Amino acid sequence: MAKVLMKGNEALGEAAVRAGCRFFFGYPITPQSELPHYLAQRLPEVGGLFLQAESEVAAINMVYGAAGAGARVMTSSSSVGISLKMEGISYIAGAELPCVIVNVVRGGPGLGGIQPAQSDYFQAVKGGGHGDYHLLVLAPASVQEMVDLMAKAFDLADKYRNPVMVLADGILGQMMEPVEFPAEILQELPAKPWATDGARGRGPNLINSLYLEPEKLEEHNHRLFEKYRQMQEQETMAENYHTDDAEVVVAAYGSTARIAKAAVDMARKEGIKAGLFRPVTLYPFPTEEINQACAKAKQVLAVEMSMGQMIEDVKLSLNCRLPVSFYGRVGGMVPSTRAVYNEISALAQKGGEQA
Amino acid sequence: MITIYERPQSLTANTMHYCPGCTHGIIHRLVAEVIDELDLREDTVGVCPVGCSVLAYNYFNLDMQQAAHGRAPAVATGIKRVHPAKVVFAYQGDGDLASIGAAEIVHAAARGEKISVIFVNNAIYGMTGGQMAPTTLIGQETTTSPNGRDAAVQGYPIRVAEMLATLEGSAYISRVSVHNNVNVIKAKAAIKKAFQTQLEGKGFSLVEILSTCPTNWGLTPLEAAKWLENNMIPYYPLGEFKAAKEVGS
Repeated sequence: MAKVLMKGNEALGEAAVRAGCRFFFGYPITPQSELPHYLAQRLPEVGGLFLQAESEVAAINMVYGAAGAGARVMTSSSSVGISLKMEGISYIAGAELPCVIVNVVRGGPGLGGIQPAQSDYFQAVKGGGHGDYHLLVLAPASVQEMVDLMAKAFDLADKYRNPVMVLADGILGQMMEPVEFPAEILQELPAKPWATDGARGRGPNLINSLYLEPEKLEEHNHRLFEKYRQMQEQETMAENYHTDDAEVVVAAYGSTARIAKAAVDMARKEGIKAGLFRPVTLYPFPTEEINQACAKAKQVLAVEMSMGQMIEDVKLSLNCRLPVSFYGRVGGMVPSTRAVYNEISALAQKGGEQA
Repeated sequence: MITIYERPQSLTANTMHYCPGCTHGIIHRLVAEVIDELDLREDTVGVCPVGCSVLAYNYFNLDMQQAAHGRAPAVATGIKRVHPAKVVFAYQGDGDLASIGAAEIVHAAARGEKISVIFVNNAIYGMTGGQMAPTTLIGQETTTSPNGRDAAVQGYPIRVAEMLATLEGSAYISRVSVHNNVNVIKAKAAIKKAFQTQLEGKGFSLVEILSTCPTNWGLTPLEAAKWLENNMIPYYPLGEFKAAKEVGS
């Protein structure tokens, strides 16, 4: 199929349709609106349903019902709305239901702003709602990767019976890039014998997250964490750019990684051995991969559109064996290539000294 | 030997956890009998709420989903939209439906969601310890209105059936009671009509069922039935508030 020029938000919608998603429940919020606009038109064309709910709370509970009924289903929102969805997301994780949640992050806290941010990293990767659980979190850095990861998100959700979050930001959502979609719309979806679709010729199925006996609830939590352990073993993804000999490794994800990559190029031109480590799965965090990427590193620089959230996972993954510095912009402000380059340059001068 | 009474197939053999004199057990049975009579046991998905009936999935021999507090109509919407040919019902108490879930029930009705809601109104929060509900009567003592509900402080009880009947999407809305045999029979007929409304694709259906909570009312089961008759029915009149034409005929 030929490449088409598309906005990130719309590309997410088309990728979901191609991945066999037929149900979308959501509530309007900036800056992800083009995604519901696209699906409101597109889903009925393929026999699917787009339903605008009365609130984010209702939308995520419709997702719960539809996922429990066996459908490939998604919702999308942005920061403020994701906070409202967190109750339902905890239930979905607890009841082990597969679904995809798109979060086109904007600045906070509170009503914050509508410009791009990465300040919901903690909320995304640490669970976000109540209880011990995790989402599988995917962070694309281009419109093409949004398309590729959207399909993967639905497969991973089904594989682990776990909600998957596609974490983007306003830059990725709004920018247009040429993309290529899979030629075929996925028709065959995995069987879901656990779904509630009427107990025809079998015993009743139950979708539930309530375990009143402490022994059972503990067992349930252990089972969930066994899934997360398997994800850590099998699903981590990351991109390395010039890390083989890099003495300064920049760690950045999403659109910030694009800026960091340009800064690394600038540094290389100046003879600085700089590289970029870009986690694609934010949970599970690519711990082994970042250690490999930092094999020659003397300094690590985390760059985020936040006050410093992913940096905690970088430090934990490196077990504090390397100095890790931070550069961030917040509130919808975007780091400039020059500013990131300056940070790299300063760290290169320091060499192996502690930051 | 003729069998005149047995457990409906749509109920499990599990012993119910409800308090003596609580009418949840009767209402569960009525719903199960209706599902059996309409031959829908293998075509029904139920949604249970948070509250005393949170464990209803242990008693209904059906595919079930347990919903977050107040969200049963949204969960039921998700199920019904995926399986429009199946029958989907939500079972909710008054705190669940009329307080924390007020938005979900209103919008499910407004959309004309083809689901049936069994709304159990006992004018109190049972499971959490007898707190004031949105349906608690003026003057009624609860653990959070210890001197009686005062309209000046806590406002007025909500008449859910009347409110939802104003919405275009509502096809069948009625209020019944289960405090005596005559009314139990009428309640079953209303539940059946709600399910038939759904089967015929007419729109949203809800049966509000006045119910007792002897434990939290501080009354014996018999006193509770009398209290319901003398106090709840005058404020919550029984009857059909909306009915689509030719349902179940």
